[in-house]
Amino acid sequence: MSITDQEKEVFKAIGVNDKDAIESVYKDNFSLIQHFVLYNNGSEDDARDIFQEAMIVLYEKSKLPDFVLTCQIKTYLYSVCRRLWLKKLQQNRRIESQVENFDQIVPVEDDLEEHEKLNKQYLIMRTAMGKIGEPCKSLIEAFYVHHKNMHEIADFFGYTNADNAKNQKYKCLVRLKKLFFAQYKNA
Amino acid sequence: MDQLQLSEMVEKYLRGELSRAEKIAFEEMRMNDPELDQMVVEYHAFLDQIENYGAIRRFKSNLYDTHQTLQEDGVIKELRIRGSARIVNLWGRYRRVVAVAASIAGITALFISGMISVFSPKTPLRDIEELRRKVSSLERQSSTQRVELNKFKNKIEPGASVKFGGTGFMIDPKGFMVTSAHVLKDAKKVYVQNENGEDFLAEIIHLDPSSDIALLKINDLDFKATKQLPYGFTKTSTDLSAPVYTLGYPKDEIVYNEGYLSAKSGLDGDTLSYQLAISANPGNSGGPVLNKNGEVIGILNARQASASGVVFATKSKNIFQLIESLKDTESDEHVRIHNASSIKGVDRMQQVKKVQDYVYMVKVVLN
Repeated sequence: MSITDQEKEVFKAIGVNDKDAIESVYKDNFSLIQHFVLYNNGSEDDARDIFQEAMIVLYEKSKLPDFVLTCQIKTYLYSVCRRLWLKKLQQNRRIESQVENFDQIVPVEDDLEEHEKLNKQYLIMRTAMGKIGEPCKSLIEAFYVHHKNMHEIADFFGYTNADNAKNQKYKCLVRLKKLFFAQYKNA
Repeated sequence: MDQLQLSEMVEKYLRGELSRAEKIAFEEMRMNDPELDQMVVEYHAFLDQIENYGAIRRFKSNLYDTHQTLQEDGVIKELRIRGSARIVNLWGRYRRVVAVAASIAGITALFISGMISVFSPKTPLRDIEELRRKVSSLERQSSTQRVELNKFKNKIEPGASVKFGGTGFMIDPKGFMVTSAHVLKDAKKVYVQNENGEDFLAEIIHLDPSSDIALLKINDLDFKATKQLPYGFTKTSTDLSAPVYTLGYPKDEIVYNEGYLSAKSGLDGDTLSYQLAISANPGNSGGPVLNKNGEVIGILNARQASASGVVFATKSKNIFQLIESLKDTESDEHVRIHNASSIKGVDRMQQVKKVQDYVYMVKVVLN
């Protein structure tokens, strides 16, 4: 099935974390995935987790400059969710002879392998973040996650000026880097 | 160039924030210094990782918000499809087995409870003193004065008088709090007052006398929900001798006390409670008992009348059980408990500073 220009635009917007695009994709697709997961032995929470993970896959793909979406977003999301859910069922040994199909599917195995790798890196970073302790964690998050500038950070954390905050951020970053690479190189 | 400047330079370089001349100079430096080059490469990989991490975190939070909004707007709904059909099916198949099992269980339960009532020692009920506070008229006066001084509107009607007081604390920043059930005994109306002396009207959602927990919800337009609680909640059992602390309102001002866990069971082996060695007074009932990580381990509720410094707290596990049991009955009241404490590793003074905003005085009006 061909894909419209509008779909392409939405797909690109997902990659820049556009709230409206996320909402429209969410609105159009969540119910289908919810039905699929619930009809195949899953719970309400499973449906939400699987759908949101598929959204992250979509986001990662959208950020890649050379990735071209060749099917509708709906088909892509459904294929990813189906694959993710099958895998989860297998892990829990709850596999049934067949999973009921709700829609057509496209092959997504390679895409998911890529996603798995990125997810692993994300988890390593999350663990490292958990280990650096306060105030480092909040400081780094303020800068890299919430994109606060050094003045705001100095203000919020009670440093006398932006340079002091910068110094502290640097020390934290060194610690985080050490923790991160200790895990990353083992993995 | 020291490490800090170097890393700043690398960061600017990677973000493309260097001027042309700076960039050329930097690239030349890299070419001549393989060690620096290696550092830049490593730094680059690391910064990419952390940027990615930040981006995914932002994306996830957007997803979360979207789900929440769509659910509130009714665009997406929770479905229940499979559950009921399957249960009917199982019921049909195992009806007879279930009937037999239930009757055996019933007989056994009757037998055991009979045995217990015959053999268990009769405990004197008087030995335990519940720590709710009788508010004397003098104190009432001082509290009204304080309210006036602080220029807050006193919401409690002039005719009604506050008869008993205790402590309560938030379990869900939307306005759900817990206190001891006995604090609310015979209550007609309940008000909670924060540290600044502001009163809020609260509604009793549930009372569980067996674990001595009451669930309240602040129903007041002036109340502003916050995002997250600083403290967490633990489901696991706390170890003997673990240091603990509590906050409460034995007087018109918040009071801090610390001690340790002295036994894993309460009076006469009551496994729903802990025994603590801590100083507590009437009015402390319903206060949170926290461990060093800033996790709530229990709700303070009573002290032994015949011994000094022996205090009991109902375990936090019971809060979870209460919430769990309410899930089915109260479909529109969703209490969500966030387990993780965000003040872990922070020193005690700072912890208390954060926690005290969520500890309220509970005032009970009887008539």
